[in-house]
Amino acid sequence: MEIPYTVEVRPDTGLYNAKMGIWLFLASEVMLFGALFSSYVILRTGNPDWVQHPMNVGLATLNTMILITSSVTVIMSWASLRLKDFAKFRIYFLCTLLLAGCFMVVKAIEYNQEFSQGLFPWSDNYMGIYFTLTGLHGLHVVGGMVVIAYLLGPGAKMWKTAPEQYVNRIESVGLYWHFVDLVWIFLFPSLYLL
Amino acid sequence: MSGHNSPEDIKKETRTYLLVFVALAVATLVTVAVSYLDLNGPQAIIVALFIATIKAGLVAAFFMHLLSEEKFIYSVLALTLVFFAVLFILPIGNYADAVGEHFSMEGVEHRETEAH
Repeated sequence: MEIPYTVEVRPDTGLYNAKMGIWLFLASEVMLFGALFSSYVILRTGNPDWVQHPMNVGLATLNTMILITSSVTVIMSWASLRLKDFAKFRIYFLCTLLLAGCFMVVKAIEYNQEFSQGLFPWSDNYMGIYFTLTGLHGLHVVGGMVVIAYLLGPGAKMWKTAPEQYVNRIESVGLYWHFVDLVWIFLFPSLYLL
Repeated sequence: MSGHNSPEDIKKETRTYLLVFVALAVATLVTVAVSYLDLNGPQAIIVALFIATIKAGLVAAFFMHLLSEEKFIYSVLALTLVFFAVLFILPIGNYADAVGEHFSMEGVEHRETEAH
């Protein structure tokens, strides 16, 4: 049986199913990160002896730039595919994957610096929430990398068999990736600058 | 956004994406620069979160194409926003409970002293 509405839009929602699915998923993600941000506010405002460790703002700024750039490359890859320029799409999509890898490498360097200073998730409340939020965000980056790598590799065959569905898949991954960027946009000032 | 626009439309969109990218990069640098201004606690929080909200708005509006989406998505997001707001009303209540216990409201106490 063929899965319906992979390309054409459903008359009731006006969306193809994958797009509806990714938006519902992102709504659940808003609540997941929202709960953790809320916990951070409770922990911070409820503790008069809050300890704020000086973090590596330089590396975090670099990572912000990396993620913003990857957001542009992922949307440019989608635009290239809509223009039926598969070669350009591959370049932009590969750049997104590489930038995601760079983000994780910078994060690993940062974690390593913190561990060498004796700062661990169990050190205090700030480090606990810092590692929880950045760790969960990092897992989302890794998850995105797996999907992007699949769509660049074996999943790219779909471009020949069902090009419109492939374009929709890239759009859905792009929406997820922009959300990952959006979360970092709030994590960066909250954890590093305030 | 339909994803089936003409090539001219798509090329125009890509120019917008690049402009948004520049705006996001500048806003990031402004956020970092402002953090060195030594603003007091609430001022620093307001400025940092204001810039972050503008950046998030740009990403959502242009990269996630929320400027021209279907009603279904707006409905899902509106519902999400309600529950998201509840998550942040809870800590405000928690903070209000703690006032007087761990925190003093200096300005308020000062005015009360003057009144007596």
